[in-house]
Amino acid sequence: MELNKDLVAASATPLVLAMLAEGDSYGYAIIKRVAELSGGRLQWTDGMLYPVLHRLERQGYVTSQWRAAGNGRRRKYYRITRDGRAQLAAQRRQWQVVDGTLRGLWMKESTA
Amino acid sequence: MTPFAGQPLEEQIAQWRAYVRRRRVLNDADVEELEGHLRDQLAALMEAGLAAEEAFLVAVKRMGDLDALSREFARAHSERLWKQLVVTPGAPEASAAAARAETLVVLSLAVAAALAVKAPVLFGIRIHPNEELPRFYARNASLFVFPLLTLYFLWKRGWEAGRGLWLALPFAAGAFFANVYPFRTGGDTEALAILHLPIALWLAVGVAYVRGRWFSNGGRMDFVRFSGELVVYYVLIALGGGVFTAFTMLLFNAIGMNAAGLTAGWLLPCGAAGAVLIGSWLVEAKQSVIENMAPVLTRLFTPLFTALLLAFLATMAWTGSPIDVRREVLIAFDLLLALVVGLVLYAASARDPQAPPGWCDGLQWLLVLSALAVDVAALAAIAGRISEFGFTANRVAALGENLILLANLAWTAWLYARFLRGRGSFAAVERWQVAYLPVYSGWAALVVAGFPPLFGYR
Repeated sequence: MELNKDLVAASATPLVLAMLAEGDSYGYAIIKRVAELSGGRLQWTDGMLYPVLHRLERQGYVTSQWRAAGNGRRRKYYRITRDGRAQLAAQRRQWQVVDGTLRGLWMKESTA
Repeated sequence: MTPFAGQPLEEQIAQWRAYVRRRRVLNDADVEELEGHLRDQLAALMEAGLAAEEAFLVAVKRMGDLDALSREFARAHSERLWKQLVVTPGAPEASAAAARAETLVVLSLAVAAALAVKAPVLFGIRIHPNEELPRFYARNASLFVFPLLTLYFLWKRGWEAGRGLWLALPFAAGAFFANVYPFRTGGDTEALAILHLPIALWLAVGVAYVRGRWFSNGGRMDFVRFSGELVVYYVLIALGGGVFTAFTMLLFNAIGMNAAGLTAGWLLPCGAAGAVLIGSWLVEAKQSVIENMAPVLTRLFTPLFTALLLAFLATMAWTGSPIDVRREVLIAFDLLLALVVGLVLYAASARDPQAPPGWCDGLQWLLVLSALAVDVAALAAIAGRISEFGFTANRVAALGENLILLANLAWTAWLYARFLRGRGSFAAVERWQVAYLPVYSGWAALVVAGFPPLFGYR
């Protein structure tokens, strides 16, 4: 099943914020985790995650920090801010409204 | 087909990096981040059993189309676009034709501005070299030029005529207040209106400039950048104009003729008006070519002004001499504080919002704090003067401006402190500064429209 492009784009912000709410992380790990959680059905074009992260940072929802990655390289880790958590809560309510509405409609359909 | 085939992995990665680097919206840190991702992906794929070459192809493919990626980066970092306009690479022939059309439009508008300045002569209002500049010109200075500049942006950004017409309203209101009020000759309210009308109307130019991006995509910050660059260009053009004027006088003097009528009556006023449009056009055209000047000047003068303010505060504390509240002094203090706000604003406009706090930010914070202290001292002096001698238009205007700048600086200092301690992002400082822009114009509009009747046109 291929997910609609707009839907993927719209879900990127809450997914990234929710994942960072569990702990600091970096781009590659976030993508891997999303693929795992969705059973491979939610596939991002890898590069596209980074503009999303940078935008969130600009908006003050996350901060970033370079940390040593062990093999002489550095990795840019992202951490959610207080504003970011508030934004996540707001997005969560919005998604619940959509989800609840659709659920109500489709339950009726299946019982009718 | 792929240029990367058949080479050792490191070399392929190096080639990929060089290829990515050519995208000018991506800076070194972005490339490093993307390369780190590519290497993680490669390691995982090779672990899963792919050969190095296959793994490389898969990893690059998953990274996605670089054009689309650059576009997304450009959207996330619109401030970089200011320097490198990559989003709409038009066909070369089309853009050449567009550039010619733009040149024509700008030159016509500049000529129109020059003619507008001379138009009042038809009604007997002349600029004469040996007399004082008629007050009519001082009151209407911005009205000769800003509507034409607005027109230029309406044309350039492709507004529909109907929506653009709304922007005629502020200019009509400005013309009304500047010319219908029965100002007493040499009164303070007239001087205040002359000073404040351009500030109020500049917002209308800004609305045309950003075209619907006022609240999004860094539109307001782009307008701030544009304003700063325009000032730099305008000063440069004015310097050239001064040299030109001097030579005109010199040459005609050499054959025993006085060219003062020509230079003072035509050259200076027409040049001053036309230069605003030419300068704006240069800023628009060159923003992709050269580094911005305003941020460079900001860097240069932030330490100097910080030192000046600190020295001033120390001296005032040491000698205990109070601020002498005369009109010129009050205006000088307002200008000084406005300049500090300008320094903060332009430092913000040039800063990479993602960069961590550095010593420059510490210095900015110090500048804001010392400006706050100076502002409080000035406010105390003005308040003392008002309680002693009552309200006048000048004092209320100075008081209002001081309070507005005080509010801005106080909140800026707070946001800066949060940022320096790693509690907040720099984006908050930037957002606060651009959100405050309409306050200046709003207050200026109030001074122009409300003060004259309030203080009896004196």
